[in-house]
Amino acid sequence: MHIPDNFLSIPVWAALDAVSIPAVVLLSRRAGSELDESRIPLLGVMGAFVFAAQMINFPVGIGTSGHLVGGALLACVLGAAPAALVMTAIIAIQAFVFQDGGVLALGANVFNMAIAGVLAGYLPIHFWSTTARRKQAIFVGAVLSVMVSASLAMGELLISGIAMPKPVIVISLALFAMSALIEGAITIAVVQAIEKLNPGLIQKKQPSSGRALIVLSTVAVLLGGVGFLMASSAPDGIEQIGIKLGLAAKTQFHAPLADYSVGVFESSWLRRASAGLAGLLLIYGVCLGAGRLIGRRRTV
Amino acid sequence: MHHVHVDSWSQGKSVLHARDPRAKILTLLVFLTVLATTPADAALTLGIDAAVLVAGILIAGLPLLQLLSRAMVVLPFSLTFGLISWMTGDHLRAIGLVEKSYLSAAAVLLIVGTTSLPALLNGFEKLGAPRMLVLVAQFIYRYLFVISEQAQHMRLAASARQGDPRLHGKGRFRAAAGALAVLFARSYYRADGIHRAMLARAFTGRFPLLSSLHFRLADGLFLLTASAFLIVVRTQ
Amino acid sequence: MTPLIEVRGLRFQYEDGTQALDGVDFTLERGETVALFGANGSGKTTFVLHLNGILRGEGNISVCGMELSKQTLPQIRAKIGMVFQDSDEQLFMPTVIEDVAFGPLNLGVSQHDAIHQAEAALEQVGMLLAAGKVPYHLSAGEKKRVALAGVLAMNPEILVLDEPSTFLDPPGHANLVHLLRTLPQSKLIITHDTHFAAALAGRAVFFEKGKLVADGTVEEIVQRFQWSYSDLPADLRYSAQRRF
Repeated sequence: MHIPDNFLSIPVWAALDAVSIPAVVLLSRRAGSELDESRIPLLGVMGAFVFAAQMINFPVGIGTSGHLVGGALLACVLGAAPAALVMTAIIAIQAFVFQDGGVLALGANVFNMAIAGVLAGYLPIHFWSTTARRKQAIFVGAVLSVMVSASLAMGELLISGIAMPKPVIVISLALFAMSALIEGAITIAVVQAIEKLNPGLIQKKQPSSGRALIVLSTVAVLLGGVGFLMASSAPDGIEQIGIKLGLAAKTQFHAPLADYSVGVFESSWLRRASAGLAGLLLIYGVCLGAGRLIGRRRTV
Repeated sequence: MHHVHVDSWSQGKSVLHARDPRAKILTLLVFLTVLATTPADAALTLGIDAAVLVAGILIAGLPLLQLLSRAMVVLPFSLTFGLISWMTGDHLRAIGLVEKSYLSAAAVLLIVGTTSLPALLNGFEKLGAPRMLVLVAQFIYRYLFVISEQAQHMRLAASARQGDPRLHGKGRFRAAAGALAVLFARSYYRADGIHRAMLARAFTGRFPLLSSLHFRLADGLFLLTASAFLIVVRTQ
Repeated sequence: MTPLIEVRGLRFQYEDGTQALDGVDFTLERGETVALFGANGSGKTTFVLHLNGILRGEGNISVCGMELSKQTLPQIRAKIGMVFQDSDEQLFMPTVIEDVAFGPLNLGVSQHDAIHQAEAALEQVGMLLAAGKVPYHLSAGEKKRVALAGVLAMNPEILVLDEPSTFLDPPGHANLVHLLRTLPQSKLIITHDTHFAAALAGRAVFFEKGKLVADGTVEEIVQRFQWSYSDLPADLRYSAQRRF
């Protein structure tokens, strides 16, 4: 589910970068205000644990095996914001060190997995973690986290105009559903094993989770649902939506490419590219500024 | 493990290794952005981009074939979607997907192969990345291999018991969960140990960071000429 | 002369109720090197963790004439340099030099001076060439030396080492003994290795179930408690009851 570079169309990855950057800044400040920096080793080690855990195979019959993704487990152990921050760091390291996922596509991957995925996974856990339904809550959370991130990724690919005939979509959704169930099973099995080892390690009630987090989590689940619905409707429908919104790459490249005259192509590309780069620089500047402002307000 | 290669590549010495990480990060972003806007059949542009990468790899003294084959990690994904695109008639996108995602991966490898991750993270922090994120990433990277090794040992131990007839299906599932739980507990207590070591050395609650990056003329020149070259090539 | 460390009536209970320390009295004079012996779980590590305030129990502790309290913690932590058993937990910064400079920087030293102090400490343990390296690539012995440099950079008066010779091969052992002998600080060494202790310590104490039950020379303690790997007991029968 890590989308590489050059799969998403420019407006899609740029928009997601624009959304993810301030979101991550906010998460950092929130994680930084919840805990002082002495919790950073715990966050880091838990992140390393999730990374390493992804290597352990869980046999799920018929010769296949799955592995843990870890968003819901982290949310259980650390709380939503720290978990999202840790997942962001993991995704960034995966992109740079392991070329798993693109660099320009980091905004998309972080949004799908670290933000929406973790928040969606957190929601059931928040509501039911102190009740008798805790195990089910954790299971549902894990399932949701995978379904939401996968659906969003699918939706983004479709909007970008990546061709996906109906059978491919159906198979992909089926695979997502399977992975989601596996994630649920592994997460709950590991949580139970941990509690058997040492009952105190996983907190039963999250220390702090304001209304904002609940709202965000709900939005994440809804977004995931939208992504899922979009993905399951006919592919042509998606492309039409994408084209109408001007998001699909088709509108960008097919029209000018059909007309191969250098002059027009050159100037229109330059205009678009410089506009694009200027836009990115602007977004970057705004995020930096916003981040500093937010930070200042907190200390006041 | 692959990471060992990238890690040792980044310990080398060359003009590229010596460049400030910020210059390299920004150049990488320019390269990737220019590549993203390049149409799939602009063969000359793509060819020059590839040549630039190869030149960079050679200048940096990195093993060319190893790096190029490492960049192939991205191919399973892009070939699959490329095939599907081809079959739906979108030949251009199919080729583009495969070519460009491969070049992107190679470009990232070039930068990571000439910049140690701590230096890279330092560069990101100076470019404005949130402090918490950078610190967490530093710690993840520090303990990633230590804990992975532990996980490897557990896998070996588990597979050594593969022949146990009592363990099948559900049993093996539970065994794997148990192994993860043990790994979790050890990691959790390791974090405890780290915290104590921090306290013992008068940790004040805020990490003191050594900032030793100096953006020099050479770095500026590198960034400007590389970016200008890539953009000019793109517009031809 | 004021003892470097004075402990009176130290008691400490874990959350689950186990009495980890049950009234420990201890003194460390300047220039002494003391070995701490005792079975696993007898309270040796728990005891030393109280000396720099990582654990807080009941009783009186004073270090270098300062009573242990919230205000004196930073100075005391500079005076006591603690080297933990697991070097991977101690070397947590991305590179060697950053790790060794961690202590001085926490004490408010300028970046420039911190690097100098770190380099001096690395020189002292013979690891200056590794300054830019990543801890993951170091051997166990090298990590132990860097960990030692990390505390030496803070100019401590007391060194506490928790089972320092574990994971070290014989040459590593010998190197560590030689290195420790060159260091002027007074030392507390937790160890099971009686030869290691004999090479360095003039005095030893024995912990048993949270109490300090004996205090003498290394030879006396080893003799009295038969605390040696090389002398196997006459009746060599496996006993499921005997606690490991």
